[in-house]
Amino acid sequence: MTHVPPSAPATRRTFLDWLLSRTVTTWILGTSFGGLVAAVLYPVGRYLVPPKSGESAASSVTLPFGPDDVAPDTGKIFKFGNRPGIILRTPTGELRAFSATCTHLGCIVQLRPDLGELWCACHNGHFDLNGINIAGPPPRPLEAFTVNVRGDQIVVSKGA
Amino acid sequence: MAPLRSKLEAVWVWLDDRLGLAPIGELAKKKDVPVHRHTLWYYLGGMTLFLFMVQVATGILLLIYYRPSAEEAYESVQFLMAEVQFGWLIRSIHHWAANLMIVALFLHMFSVLLLKAYAKPREMTWLSGFGLFALALAFGFTGYLLPWNELSYFATRVGTQIIAVVPVVGEFMLRVARGGDDVTGATLTRFYGVHVAILPALTTGVLGLHLYLVQRHGMSTPRSVEQSGTPRRSMPFFPNFLLRDLVGWLTALAVLAALAAFMPAHLGVKADPFAPAPIGIKPEWYFMFMFQSLKFLPAHILSLEGEVVGILAFGLAGVFLALVPFADRRTARGESSPLFTLIGIGIIAFIIVLTILGYTANPTA
Repeated sequence: MTHVPPSAPATRRTFLDWLLSRTVTTWILGTSFGGLVAAVLYPVGRYLVPPKSGESAASSVTLPFGPDDVAPDTGKIFKFGNRPGIILRTPTGELRAFSATCTHLGCIVQLRPDLGELWCACHNGHFDLNGINIAGPPPRPLEAFTVNVRGDQIVVSKGA
Repeated sequence: MAPLRSKLEAVWVWLDDRLGLAPIGELAKKKDVPVHRHTLWYYLGGMTLFLFMVQVATGILLLIYYRPSAEEAYESVQFLMAEVQFGWLIRSIHHWAANLMIVALFLHMFSVLLLKAYAKPREMTWLSGFGLFALALAFGFTGYLLPWNELSYFATRVGTQIIAVVPVVGEFMLRVARGGDDVTGATLTRFYGVHVAILPALTTGVLGLHLYLVQRHGMSTPRSVEQSGTPRRSMPFFPNFLLRDLVGWLTALAVLAALAAFMPAHLGVKADPFAPAPIGIKPEWYFMFMFQSLKFLPAHILSLEGEVVGILAFGLAGVFLALVPFADRRTARGESSPLFTLIGIGIIAFIIVLTILGYTANPTA
């Protein structure tokens, strides 16, 4: 194969012509180049997707503190698997537990004794002590957990 | 002097023969900068470039002590600030130059928008500039997390959660962005890689294109100046304009040093993934207008969740801004385009008002 020097300066038109005038052979070469690119990009793409972490299968958790450690009108954050939960004692003395992840954009809520509400500092979202969204941007109630006190242990579980 | 001069000339000729330097010199020489009442705005792009170079230099220095893991990141920055000689200075300059760079970038972009310098043949210059704007915001977002403190941790939780709003692929993209379901040490290493390698590589390419296009097309003269009938004046880019640029850069360096010395960067409290979000949590100021807008949206708009509407609206606004050169047909035809002036002023007013509200509104009310 010999290289023929271009007789005229390459214009946009001739370059376009050159691009469009390829033969079937070139098309096959081109697609195998595409295949090569795909063979590189596919593993890289999969590499960037994090492996599934063992989603905590636990449906209940025993808290590392006892019922006496949760005073009326206070809340404590606990680990429910790898997610945060919040347990609180209402002014009437009842223990309740919810997911502490705000349903708006995923910040962690806290109990505001001055308001008697659960409150998210990120976007000023308010929930009542039943976890119902009552003001601000949160679109859904907090997920409620079941609380069982067994002696001096608190067991929090998902679902009824 | 004469022998030295001839020696230098010989070196130049030697290099020019091998590297072909003359065309580069020609490219720099051929550009003239128009002189008129809006000339001041021409300096903002160069200012952004200078501050970016400061970021590259200080960023490389920070790499020497920083450790990208949830266990060590905060402590390594603490060590840098407290023990390493001038560590506080390097980090504070990185912090302040980042902020000033965003300021310069905003001013540069909006001056180009209002002076309509995006019109033909500079559509690609605008698009590449918009790409650099997006890259700068990505730099800010990823860099904010690296000290692994409480504020940055929750800002990243909120900021990444926004990705989940994207229909269909949102949840998947959220996992890819976070390196898992939550913001953890895996997120930190991911953001670190993006901040110190991927974004700099992309920026180098896009910035190269942007600068080449600016040099190729020269500075745009605003329509009002062209039509005013006053005689055209200009100065050579090299060396006249560049020397004026340098004066601005030296001033910026002095301002940076003063800010770093009198208001060094804070570190705050170490992030705890199992603590409530702190009162007064806020993102970097340049995300504040979006953050504040989300606070004002009700939980539901029609049948959609409020933040979905808000975030999609910001996304569409971003796409519109990127495509302004193609949407503004009147400027493309060389006519005056008051509608787009109004849109530009509207965007600026919105950003300013919401940013002020973000800092003055009672966070607990």
